[in-house]
Amino acid sequence: MIGNTIAAMLGVTPAVTNSYESISTTTLGSSASSVVFSSIPGTYTHLQVRLSTTASAAANYYCQVNGDTGTNYSWHELYGDGASAASGAAATQAQGYFIYCPSTNPTVAIMDFLDYANTNKYKTIRTLAGQDNNGSGRVELTSIGWRNTNAITSITIYPSTGTFSTNGIFALYGIKG
Amino acid sequence: MASTYTPIATTTLGSAAASYTFSSISSIYTDLVLVANGYITTSAQGIRIQFNGDTGTNYSNTTLSGTGSVAESARDTSGTNARLTYDASWSTTTSDYAQINVSIMNYANTTTYKTFISRANRATSGVDALVGLWRSTSAITSITVFPAANNFVAGTTFSLYGIKAA
Repeated sequence: MIGNTIAAMLGVTPAVTNSYESISTTTLGSSASSVVFSSIPGTYTHLQVRLSTTASAAANYYCQVNGDTGTNYSWHELYGDGASAASGAAATQAQGYFIYCPSTNPTVAIMDFLDYANTNKYKTIRTLAGQDNNGSGRVELTSIGWRNTNAITSITIYPSTGTFSTNGIFALYGIKG
Repeated sequence: MASTYTPIATTTLGSAAASYTFSSISSIYTDLVLVANGYITTSAQGIRIQFNGDTGTNYSNTTLSGTGSVAESARDTSGTNARLTYDASWSTTTSDYAQINVSIMNYANTTTYKTFISRANRATSGVDALVGLWRSTSAITSITVFPAANNFVAGTTFSLYGIKAA
């Protein structure tokens, strides 16, 4: 049943039950400029990162995969800032953008790395992320493309400036097909 | 690897109700996911959420919504509850069930305010993404959802899941 629930959330056909597994979690014991999930096994169909963290400064949050710092990322975003809805896009970037955080209250994000181990196609990452500050904030949907056919074996998440704060939780889950 | 995404409680309303509360929520998980599916009596209404029975002005939210003709964003500050829907308000029509899927992240920590993020949809009215803040450092032990007015109808379902990070 739970596998079916997750599969339904992802918009894919459920295949097995009990298919949502915790792979790795980082709970920050001190501030950090990035969080890395490495040595990710290729045994799942999809990956999901769930994060909840504060930060030392207003910042964009980015991800990179497999340590790739080349200009192989692109994204589209749809966001609301409390006043208006807007959309943007960027191509040929060195990282994938998924949220702008204007303040230091907790930012949350759910990031789905779909068919991450497939070696026949480029990868797409979809995210739902937001931060509310009782008067400012943003909620955002993004689609990030990584133009590489390699299986994703590591994920790096980092702010454009400043650091993630102590007690931030970054959890990686695997979803079997 | 340990399987997670554990069902905590599920209810199908046997009769109309003004609200539904998940109480005595264990703190053993990392995140909670609440899934609701239903409709309401009398007139279309937005769905709201409160935590731990707190009716103080400690809630805020930022919304992103689409109606089919307009994309918009709005904000509520210092409210006595937070929205779970905006354009995807719940209907009174039996054939027009609406859904909400809200993740309440790091709900048991006692250091930070609580942030939750939601997706809501009703095919005939709109689609929403929302982020909300409860300005309390208390661990969340109960969750109440309710329409801004009127009642949930019988057959409306509420499910609560726990996700535990290794």
